[in-house]
Amino acid sequence: MIDVRGVTKRFKDTVAVDSLSFEVPTGVVTGFLGPNGSGKSTTMRIIMGLDHADSGEAVINGVPYHQLAQPLREVGALLEAKAIHPGRTAFNHLWYLAQTNDIARRRVSEVIELVGLTQVAHKRVGKFSLGMGQRLGIAAALLGDPGTLLFDEPINGLDPEGILWVRNLLKGLAAEGRTVFVSSHLMSEMALTADHLVVIGRGRLISTGSVSDFITTNANQYVRVRTPRTDELAGLLVAQGARVQREDDGSLAVSDLSAEQIGVTCGNAGIFLYELSPQSASLEEAFMEMTRESVDYHGHRVDEDVATSTSGK
Amino acid sequence: MTSTTTTVWSPAPVAHPRQRTVSLLRAEWTKMRTVRSTMWTLVAMTIITVGISMIAGSTIANRWNTFSVIQRLTFDPTRVSLRGLLFSQLIIGVLGVLVMSAEYGTGTIRATLAAVPRRPRVLAAKAAVFFAVAVVAGEVLAFSGFLVGQALLVSPAPHAVLSQPNVLRAVAGGGLVVAVLGLFALGLATIIRHSAGAITAYVGVLLVAPIILQSLPSSIGQPILKFMPFTISDTMTSVVSNGNDAFSPWVGLLVLAGYAIAALVIGGWLLNRRDA
Repeated sequence: MIDVRGVTKRFKDTVAVDSLSFEVPTGVVTGFLGPNGSGKSTTMRIIMGLDHADSGEAVINGVPYHQLAQPLREVGALLEAKAIHPGRTAFNHLWYLAQTNDIARRRVSEVIELVGLTQVAHKRVGKFSLGMGQRLGIAAALLGDPGTLLFDEPINGLDPEGILWVRNLLKGLAAEGRTVFVSSHLMSEMALTADHLVVIGRGRLISTGSVSDFITTNANQYVRVRTPRTDELAGLLVAQGARVQREDDGSLAVSDLSAEQIGVTCGNAGIFLYELSPQSASLEEAFMEMTRESVDYHGHRVDEDVATSTSGK
Repeated sequence: MTSTTTTVWSPAPVAHPRQRTVSLLRAEWTKMRTVRSTMWTLVAMTIITVGISMIAGSTIANRWNTFSVIQRLTFDPTRVSLRGLLFSQLIIGVLGVLVMSAEYGTGTIRATLAAVPRRPRVLAAKAAVFFAVAVVAGEVLAFSGFLVGQALLVSPAPHAVLSQPNVLRAVAGGGLVVAVLGLFALGLATIIRHSAGAITAYVGVLLVAPIILQSLPSSIGQPILKFMPFTISDTMTSVVSNGNDAFSPWVGLLVLAGYAIAALVIGGWLLNRRDA
């Protein structure tokens, strides 16, 4: 289990991580979600003891990283693909890491095989593609057969087959009872891979909990209703406590009332229905909605920019 | 390709023994020998150092008859044959810098520090392995430079032999100066973290500072000049005194060791303090 307790990290004027606290449970894949620049990588580096927190602490199974006796046997991490000397071979990169933690040479060949790099094990890393670099980084994470694993954007640069492989790998590792913490800026990917979510924006915790809770709480659900007697039905539904919004195409978007209740209301009032369909916004939209306030770098719509510039701001 | 690891991980916590120093030394040795720059640097160092000693020896043998009486009396065949060590000092500095700065330049430092989070131990292991390589390289080059140089100092020019007073000290000590300066460069690279910056700083101390000091009024320049690696190295590799104000050879070596240790201690402190 990873436990982040009130961690704050400043870089000069900017606060990268702001009193962040969360737990990463064992035995499930925990997705670490946030827009670019929201502090995900910094948080992971703090957990790994690479960056120093200004306040707060991060512990793994109750112990700060730097106190782990044989860190690679307890924690494995993929933090940056290709942060590897380009002149060294894949095998030698893993071999020196193995030596620091008294890991057998046999295990180096084993993890190379596991990530599918056996053919290029004795090639210099400088010649590797981004995807091969990711695989080598994953091999390094698995080297010490650790109980806790951190992956920072592991699917970057992978082809569809590679993405599927990573997804299954992460799930398999969690199913073996390990703690698996994986960052991504893609909600859609996390919906497929993760069981648990930690969502941050601008270094602050926005939400944490299971993926299914996240979906029910945040996916904006409503019922789309089309009828010739729009105004009359809207009045009836509002009277029952629904929120009703009139759409541009003349339909109604009804929330806080189920499709069944709407259907019964219509039947009782003798109102014909042309359409009665439950809708749910995608998780990606829910995530964007949730983090909208906390996105540092977002594209402006052209008309917004024009409006801003003409208003003389 | 399998989708899970081949070994099933058991969640029961295991008490691992502390990381052993010998493991860290082995890992640093693997790192050093598995990049091509190490081999090429040592090859370049050998060719240049022995080459300069050869040129110096044969040139003097050819010109001996044109030398004045004073030149003949103060002629130091040992010092001449060790002239190439200046280039050894330059190149070992480059190697010392690269051993550390390449970790930063490539990002490998993060993998290294994740594997060994007690950072001063990484630096100590790296410095120890590098120093061992540098001592061997320095001694091999000092002795081969000396022997090749003396072989080319043919009659009528005099030549030196190791059994003469102070000659062995000059040769062996010259090799040690090379190794200690390499360690100093490694320390500078730990502080500066960039190859180009660290090499510039090293060359500045080794070659540029003495030139600047010599152009200053001697009342200002001379007292500082005796602390320069260039002066200390020259005293170490000389058998015939040139009368300059200088530390004795072994005291000079201790001064150089002080520079190396200071750079490593500051570097180690910064390494521990800074984000990787």
